[in-house]
Amino acid sequence: MSLLDIKDLHAGYGAMSILKGVNLSLEAGEIGVIVGPNGAGKSTTLKAIFGMLNITEGSIHFDGEDITGIGSEQLASHRISFVPQENNVFPTLSVHENLEMGAYIRRDDFSRVMDHVYEIFPPLKEKRHQPAGELSGGQRQMVAFGRALMIEPKLILLDEPTAGLSPMFMSQIFDRVIAINQTGVTVAMVEQNAKQALAIAHKGFVLAGGQNSYTDTGQNLLNNPDVAKSFLGG
Amino acid sequence: MSSQTQNPIMRDIALFAALGVLVLVIFVSQGAVYSVRMLVEAGCYGIIALGLTIQWGYAGLFNVGIMGFIAAGAASSMLMTFPRNPDFWNSGGPELAGLFIVKLIACALALWLANNSNRWGVGPRLRALLITIAIAVSYLVLSFHMTVMSEEIEKASGWMGGLGLPVFFGWIIAGVIAGIIAWFVGKICLGLRSDYLAIATLGIAQIIKHFLKNADWLTNGTLTVSPMPWPVPSPADGEFLFARAAYLSVVAVALLITYLLLQRAYHSPWGRMMRAIRDNEEAAGAMGKNVNRRRLEIFILGCVLMGIGGAMLIHFTSIYDPSGFLDLNHTFLIWVMVILGGSGNNRGAIFGAIFVYIVWVMSEPLAVMLFATIATYGDQWLGWEAPSDFLSRALQMRVFVIGLTITLVLRLAPQGLLPERQARH
Amino acid sequence: MNDLVFFLNKGITSGLIIGSIYALGAIGLTLIFGILRFAHFAHGDLMTLGAFVTLILAAALAALGVTLPLPLAFVVMFPAMAITAVLAIGLDKMFYKPLRQAGARPVVLVMASVGVTLMLQGVIRLFAGVRSRDMFVEAPKEIYRIPIPGATRKLVVTEPQILLMLFTIVAVIALHFFLTRARLGKAMRAVSDNPDLARITGINTEHVVWATWIIGGSLACAAGTMLSMDVTLKPDLSFNILLPIFAATIVGGIGQPYGAIAGGFLVGFCETLAVFNWSIVLRPFKDELWFDLPSNMSLVPTEYKLMVPFLILIIVLIYRPTGIFKGRVL
Repeated sequence: MSLLDIKDLHAGYGAMSILKGVNLSLEAGEIGVIVGPNGAGKSTTLKAIFGMLNITEGSIHFDGEDITGIGSEQLASHRISFVPQENNVFPTLSVHENLEMGAYIRRDDFSRVMDHVYEIFPPLKEKRHQPAGELSGGQRQMVAFGRALMIEPKLILLDEPTAGLSPMFMSQIFDRVIAINQTGVTVAMVEQNAKQALAIAHKGFVLAGGQNSYTDTGQNLLNNPDVAKSFLGG
Repeated sequence: MSSQTQNPIMRDIALFAALGVLVLVIFVSQGAVYSVRMLVEAGCYGIIALGLTIQWGYAGLFNVGIMGFIAAGAASSMLMTFPRNPDFWNSGGPELAGLFIVKLIACALALWLANNSNRWGVGPRLRALLITIAIAVSYLVLSFHMTVMSEEIEKASGWMGGLGLPVFFGWIIAGVIAGIIAWFVGKICLGLRSDYLAIATLGIAQIIKHFLKNADWLTNGTLTVSPMPWPVPSPADGEFLFARAAYLSVVAVALLITYLLLQRAYHSPWGRMMRAIRDNEEAAGAMGKNVNRRRLEIFILGCVLMGIGGAMLIHFTSIYDPSGFLDLNHTFLIWVMVILGGSGNNRGAIFGAIFVYIVWVMSEPLAVMLFATIATYGDQWLGWEAPSDFLSRALQMRVFVIGLTITLVLRLAPQGLLPERQARH
Repeated sequence: MNDLVFFLNKGITSGLIIGSIYALGAIGLTLIFGILRFAHFAHGDLMTLGAFVTLILAAALAALGVTLPLPLAFVVMFPAMAITAVLAIGLDKMFYKPLRQAGARPVVLVMASVGVTLMLQGVIRLFAGVRSRDMFVEAPKEIYRIPIPGATRKLVVTEPQILLMLFTIVAVIALHFFLTRARLGKAMRAVSDNPDLARITGINTEHVVWATWIIGGSLACAAGTMLSMDVTLKPDLSFNILLPIFAATIVGGIGQPYGAIAGGFLVGFCETLAVFNWSIVLRPFKDELWFDLPSNMSLVPTEYKLMVPFLILIIVLIYRPTGIFKGRVL
């Protein structure tokens, strides 16, 4: 039984349909990367998982439960975290408070998780009392990751985590994704930098026109000449 | 397709026919003199409602200061058209007033220079200082002059009196003054979210009313001015019904012309652009449309109509009384007309204006009757003595009903009775 | 010296009093603006409503013959605050929540709040009429006259004024601790910062909305009661009180409770000092002045007092729409 199982998903905004049959399944502990050209429905697939658009056909199962069309506010209670591409911190709250908000649904003691987050992201510990809005882009990204880890998620959804960051930061981010994954968290990630992302992926999904074009392991996709020619720029 | 286009038209016809029957019933039951008066006032409200429906329906602008624009229009029209006051013109008043205008222009110029001083290489701090000084000096100069002027004028002649110009000219000036005020308010607020415009228009309306109530030298203040001149022979000249009917025809023509011009504008490229901005501001902005400029245009146009409609309304009642401008009657009643009739639809605004005004007028005696009955039976059956101001509270009942109507329409029928038909191009 | 005491009485005390009242009203308004994202036009009438709840409770207790060391109205203000908070949540449930859920544009909510304010006005005046009422149902308010050395004029402070200042200080400190220490308080700031992210994070927006109305409603009740205790309870304030409070909110920066407090005092002091008759303070120096001292030398005639908050509002909107505390421009 897969952890995340999306079957033949059709969805869109209002009457306009964007996804026309997306299939995606991830086993627990895997990294799945969704790539494809602009407008292929990559980010839309993530948004469909938490009910931000109209699902007309298909289903989404998570951990054996049908979560088709649940609201975004129920995501955390299923232990799914989402890191949006932009506006992914609470700017006037301090770093520490951002992390606390990440654990909002937890009623137990989460200080251990908090320590763990500070361990993975040492710069955050230094700046724990600074408002998150005053940090640099890369550090804000760390706050966003840290916030998402606070519920000890089973699945973490990342929407283009490297967008707008310098190449140096980009490889750091991918390292972090691997590190997070190695603690047992399943990762589903949308990426523009397809080559680097597929290199760390267990599974890759190439979307085009709202449908799967190719679905394979990350390595196989990288080696597939058709994929390389049409989607990875040669 | 045909049924889709047929239905709304049938609906229009049915609703307007029902309205016609209602008017007929009132004619028969209440007599012609009463009914014509009601129709004139409803027509004036119709013009004001058209002004609001283009602001709200075309551009999504939330104006809660309609009363202010009506009052400003009415006051300026009064000043233009009321007969001259010889006492004023024989005193030192005109000189003082002229000097005031000169000072006003000088201050405006100083403020403009200070505000644009950055163009001549003045730094931001110095500019802020210059602006502060300009505001402070202008304020002191103008307020001091105004104190002296108002004392002098009130002593010599009571108030300034009018200019004795033709009524139609006064109405045009009413529109111009309302438009100028709208330009100021719009210039400041239209770049921001609509909430700010709401707050600012609410404020300006209260301030215009306060000013008119207290500016005895200019508008005779709360002492009121009457009779306001009519553009047609007034009842004082003879036939009562004939005079009112003549006024009605003037209002009807004005309403019709406004409606036709607005219909044309709605279907013109300008109107299409307005709706594009309303429906998707970001996309319209991205396509290079100057969103704020279009909004300013429509805000001014709407306020001009409010000023003209307000002037027509007050001239008809023949008494100018600044205390008579009420938020309820001159702002919120018009909102009910527009949202109930169907915002963004000119026919809806006219229908709403006439229908709501009839209900409004008829509800007054009904409410008073209801309250009188309660008071009588309360006394007879329960020995409950009604408070002395009990009957005046009937008015408050209507405040409640207006508020309730607004919230209910928003929730249950946000499109109104005559929804906007999206024109297809 | 006498003139200085006059200045303290008429300038400083009045400024502090009206400033605290504006601040209490503006805190609620700014939280609602920041979290629910609309200008709540019914806030002025919510204040009046709260004052009436207090009056009813106080009158009921007075009729039972209860007397307390503090004015009854002040004591029953606390239960009245709770009642007003519940009423505010009720108003939200009935009129705002359905629109929010239908995804209405914010301006539609503003309009609904205008509808609500008219309904509140109607109900209040229907049952209570429009005449002013005295909040001191059991005994006249106590007035302290404090002698100042070297002056024949005395410093005048009334009991409700002292209570108001104490209450404002306590309320502001309590609010500060709530917003920075309590889980729900931090969640309120989070929702105000980024509502979409807050929802994804699993913050219960419903609870945050309740907390907002509880704070907004209870402080509105306190502000209305205090205002009525300082002068009299006027049922027809509504828009006249709304304008300075909106000005305070925008001056302070939307969504910034501390800004609202600063804005409240700023607007309060500007208003008081603008209508203050400066010629009395200048009188001792009248021989040294180069001009004849007029009998009344206020910057703004009292009848145009409303101009002051409006001008502040306009100047802020032109030159610094984010307000002094860098709030959001929605």
